[in-house]
Amino acid sequence: MTSRDTIFASIRRSLHVKGDERIRTSIIEERLDRAPKGVIPARAQLDAAGKLALFIEKAEGVQATIARVSSAKEVPGEVARYLRDNNLPAALRMGDDPRLSAMPWKDTALDVSIGRSNGLDLSGITHAETAIAETGTLAILSGHENPTTLNFLPDNHIVVLNASDLVADLESVWARLRKKVGKGEMPRTVNFVTGPSRSGDIEQTILLGAHGPRALHIVVVEG
Amino acid sequence: MSVHPTSHSFKDNASKAIADGSVPRALKNVRQNFIDKRVKAVDALPEFEALRESAREIKNHTLAHLDLYLDRYEQKVKESGGHVHFAVDSAEARSIILDICRKSGARTVTKGKSMISEEIGLNGHLEAAGIVPVETDLGEYIIQLRGETPSHIIAPAVHLTKEQIEKDFRRVHTQLDPNRDLTEKRSLLTEARTMLREKFLAADVGITGANFLIAETGSSVIVTNEGNGDLTQILPRVHIVIASIEKVVPTLEDVSQILRVLARSATGQEMSVYTTFSTGPRRASDVDGPEEYHVVLLDNGRSAMLGTEFQDMLRCIRCAACMNHCPVYHQIGGHAYGWIYPGPMGSVLTPSLIGVDKAGHLPNASTFCGRCESVCPMKIPLPKMMRHWREREFERNLNPAVARYGLGFWAFFAKKPWLYNLSARVAAKAMKLIGRDKGRFQSLPGLGAWTKYRDFAVPEGETFQAQWKRRAGK
Amino acid sequence: MGMPKPANRPKVALFATCLVDFLRPSVGFAAAKLLEKAGCVVEVPSQTCCGQPAFNSGDRRTARDLALQMIEAFEGYDYVVVPSGSCGGMIAKHYPELFEDDPGLSGRAQKLAAKTHELVSFLTDVLGVMAVEAKHAGSCTYHDSCSGFRELGIKRQPRQLLGSVEGLELVELRDSEVCCGFGGTFAVKYGPISDQIVTEKATNVNATGAKTLLAGDLGCLLNIAGKLSRMGSEVEVRHVAEVLADMTDRPSIGKTGASS
Repeated sequence: MTSRDTIFASIRRSLHVKGDERIRTSIIEERLDRAPKGVIPARAQLDAAGKLALFIEKAEGVQATIARVSSAKEVPGEVARYLRDNNLPAALRMGDDPRLSAMPWKDTALDVSIGRSNGLDLSGITHAETAIAETGTLAILSGHENPTTLNFLPDNHIVVLNASDLVADLESVWARLRKKVGKGEMPRTVNFVTGPSRSGDIEQTILLGAHGPRALHIVVVEG
Repeated sequence: MSVHPTSHSFKDNASKAIADGSVPRALKNVRQNFIDKRVKAVDALPEFEALRESAREIKNHTLAHLDLYLDRYEQKVKESGGHVHFAVDSAEARSIILDICRKSGARTVTKGKSMISEEIGLNGHLEAAGIVPVETDLGEYIIQLRGETPSHIIAPAVHLTKEQIEKDFRRVHTQLDPNRDLTEKRSLLTEARTMLREKFLAADVGITGANFLIAETGSSVIVTNEGNGDLTQILPRVHIVIASIEKVVPTLEDVSQILRVLARSATGQEMSVYTTFSTGPRRASDVDGPEEYHVVLLDNGRSAMLGTEFQDMLRCIRCAACMNHCPVYHQIGGHAYGWIYPGPMGSVLTPSLIGVDKAGHLPNASTFCGRCESVCPMKIPLPKMMRHWREREFERNLNPAVARYGLGFWAFFAKKPWLYNLSARVAAKAMKLIGRDKGRFQSLPGLGAWTKYRDFAVPEGETFQAQWKRRAGK
Repeated sequence: MGMPKPANRPKVALFATCLVDFLRPSVGFAAAKLLEKAGCVVEVPSQTCCGQPAFNSGDRRTARDLALQMIEAFEGYDYVVVPSGSCGGMIAKHYPELFEDDPGLSGRAQKLAAKTHELVSFLTDVLGVMAVEAKHAGSCTYHDSCSGFRELGIKRQPRQLLGSVEGLELVELRDSEVCCGFGGTFAVKYGPISDQIVTEKATNVNATGAKTLLAGDLGCLLNIAGKLSRMGSEVEVRHVAEVLADMTDRPSIGKTGASS
């Protein structure tokens, strides 16, 4: 008998079931299929402008900084400004997300390189798939477009978010993702990011920049 | 069992912690930070109570169908290219993990925070095999340097002051300038960040725990604030997830419900900084991420808790709200509990995992004030389950003879009202006679354990029932 | 408000609790006075203990025996009123649990549970008492006992009635909802821990500067009074019923005075 068998037998003995009862199987199939939503806080059930205002309030509340630009063309300029204002080198690492590639980086003096982070980049940029107004949370998917290492290794993490991609709540992220990759499927990594890295492990004092980014800057593209 | 429990000497452990004084001092921060922040976060979400109920229902439903959801979860992990290993006990989990590490030729292993890793005593096992485990959560890193176990399930080094941490860093980080300034908390954090950054990049295998496993997608979920868990799982070639079987939930929607109560109950955050869903190894379209993805599923006695009066404990999501609010934990800290899980959740879980004969003190060391249950996001009736442990101890004659005889003696009288009332009348009058001058006893035969610390009030004289009868008779 | 005719007056059985019976009968008389003033007919059936010490020690059998004794003695009344959230909670919340698996008794346990109330909440929530006729000069602070607060939801009720006491100023106690460290046998089984907890409670009480500490449970009061007295504090400790019934002529708990 394998350990798997032992554990399953023990669970079934404790639950007084055999494991092949059709009614139990149909209950879990139905639940997995329907994925009922449960309680959704009313807080974020707002129109587009309301959602954006709430997202910004929540993200700033967890020490992210926000810039709003009116088109994707303005992102490189904003990023250059951010790095300059924070006395950071004019260098940026990014994946090959077509939305980022299409931006006019050449119009800036930024030294842009493409690929995953090897831990030496001070600043990295990724494009959010969506974001959650309820808590000011970004959702970023893994892939060559936005390598996961860029979310964690650079000291400064810049994220581009299209205001039109913003959703109200966690559950809306899943609805969107299922349309993209199919029900029951997931990208290798889905990162929910709510503010820059922090730790409270020394005398319960919250300090930013524990192991991940010390700063999180969100560029919201409206229109 | 790998970590030697000292729960049987709980009383001594507790007295030492109190006499030492540094524990209650360090824990003052817990009370101000965790408690006040939780209230604020809960008050800001009108749906919090409804979400608690929803979270509870999700776990109850899952536990009732645990075999089926585990089976589905396993199937989905395999479909995504990952491996699933089942471990009946700690020893088996350790050997599975060591085996994976050996096969990948690992020399250094980075680790995200995992209570299951503590439960199975993984670090010692890896070290003995010549593999260096590096804890990367700041608190875990600190206690690893000290050779300690966590004193709190989400703030492992909560019992330490910054002066103690500075001393440990100077002792261990000998390659750094001995004259460096470490008086600020920030400089301690920066030093740990620098030291660990090298380890993250050098590690061959990364081991994390899991807050949830999702049957619908085969994903494992970690919830952290530092980002160490993510660096642990995306940089090495191999990612191993170690989780206990009850961590499974049906769907992404179900996780979302529980996430809403988890961070709020734990740290008072609405969301932790990083909530990460990992599904299998890197894909063809990835340029980073692990090439191998393993999940080790540990039972270690949990399947036997199903269907018993302790099943509700398997709803626990390890938020630590119970210990953050426990007046007993506040005074003695986590180490006094003598094993991996402290506070109220540990007082219920530890006897299940290591035996009530070894951990009998834990469910007794509670005033039943009920504060733990009132803040538990999963509505686990912790005092009720501690009482069930006391019942099992009583049935098995495991509680001290003095307590049994005392209780029996008292019950003998309490079951005979006429005798009880007569004795009470005599005793109250006698005590009044002896103590009337002062109104209080500073020592009292048979009640030394009380009067050692506080005075005992002298009875007013005649009992209430005797006086009432007299009054009614007139 | 005129007194209802005896036939319409609720018949209340007062369960004084063993601690009040033995140590502080004046709390029982204060409770009776408050109930009678509110229009109840008060009786005191022969009683010992609700069984909580046995229940919490894991001795379910003794707990059941004592619970059954209580059910038999108290079930013939309209209400059972207890000047304690702890013992009141035992009957109202835990008796049904004790007899869950006993179809013969579970109905009776549930009926008794449903008509059992803690004193102060009975006055406000069941009888609709909004104010009392009492005077008490000086400042008071209030400790929310665990069972009363968490099992029975008692928080605003004592504050509401204390607000009507002439001359009384209520100063809120820091961490008033935190346990005092009594916990029945816990106080003697785990003395050093209990001592640390009650020391904090007593320190918080002293810090209010209030002249009197009040609470609704004699167990907690004995614990805190004992610690305050050991610390040499002048704070007087009383059951809230004594103040509400205007019966504070007796010395406070653990003190001596002319009237005793």
